[in-house]
Amino acid sequence: MEYILQPWPWYVSGPIIAIIMYLLLYFGRTFGMSSNLRTLCAIGGAGKHSDFFKFDWKSQRWNLVVVLGAILGGFIAHYYLSEPAAIDLSDATIIDLKTLGFTDIGNSLLPPELFSWEAVFSIKGILILIVGGFLVGFGTRYAGGCTSGHAITGLSSLQLPSLIAVIGFFLGGLIMIHLIFPILF
Amino acid sequence: MGKYIKFFIVGILFGIVLVKSEAVSWYRIFEMFKFQSFHMYGIIGTAVITGITLLLIAKLLKVKNIEGSFLQVPLKESGFKRYIIGGTIFGLGWALCGACPGPMYILIGTGVPSILIVIAAALLGTFVYGIVKDKLPH
Repeated sequence: MEYILQPWPWYVSGPIIAIIMYLLLYFGRTFGMSSNLRTLCAIGGAGKHSDFFKFDWKSQRWNLVVVLGAILGGFIAHYYLSEPAAIDLSDATIIDLKTLGFTDIGNSLLPPELFSWEAVFSIKGILILIVGGFLVGFGTRYAGGCTSGHAITGLSSLQLPSLIAVIGFFLGGLIMIHLIFPILF
Repeated sequence: MGKYIKFFIVGILFGIVLVKSEAVSWYRIFEMFKFQSFHMYGIIGTAVITGITLLLIAKLLKVKNIEGSFLQVPLKESGFKRYIIGGTIFGLGWALCGACPGPMYILIGTGVPSILIVIAAALLGTFVYGIVKDKLPH
């Protein structure tokens, strides 16, 4: 139990994620989290505005069930399988975040500077969440997948398009953190 | 209902491992893009290596899925622009709000209501892509 309550090391977590991918393939499906966003748009009636959302979304219900399970899994892991402890970030990261003006670094999963009610009710705070979310939704559909679909499933099956997409993920991430963050914070 | 239970259980496992590995943490994503820790690279790297191995074994042993056909990964369409441009756009958002689509849902369970704003914006982003997609280079 002690090992479960501690944060799990990368060499345990990575292989479990691969097993999840494999299980979904074994069940005749495929691992991809961002396609749920398209399914939810279709359920909401987006098919009236674009053929992109005219598909048999009922065939994707299984994936929404994965999402429901993931929410419950997050709840179980956070409230029953974790001891309150700061995230063991590298010293360099903590120094960099302090320089950007962050405090309480790593004491929760998400920084209060972005996700607390105080942040949400500031213009800058809400814009960060909205712009960030929008880019994720737009970019994943444009690229045809996210971390699960391209980085895990696509790279595991040695597909070139997924490698190009993952290079794009890093290009975007590096631009944001190294060029835009110093202006933003 | 019964056929959905296995997907629910897989989802629970997914949620647990992403929280316990701290991959759902904004801080870990920042650290990854700063190249200041091996942690996230270790997770993605071992996931891919294990994934390659499992798929190779499945191919060699001619494993069939529960529907009776050979276990295989759907092939992505070939292309370049959509993957590099779309991927970059996603990367910008991933680094900014620290959550890709999987963790977005999982974070609801960890009790962070403001993540719902990110999800709503991601739905809007997906919707706008659907509207303008024919005008974009793919």
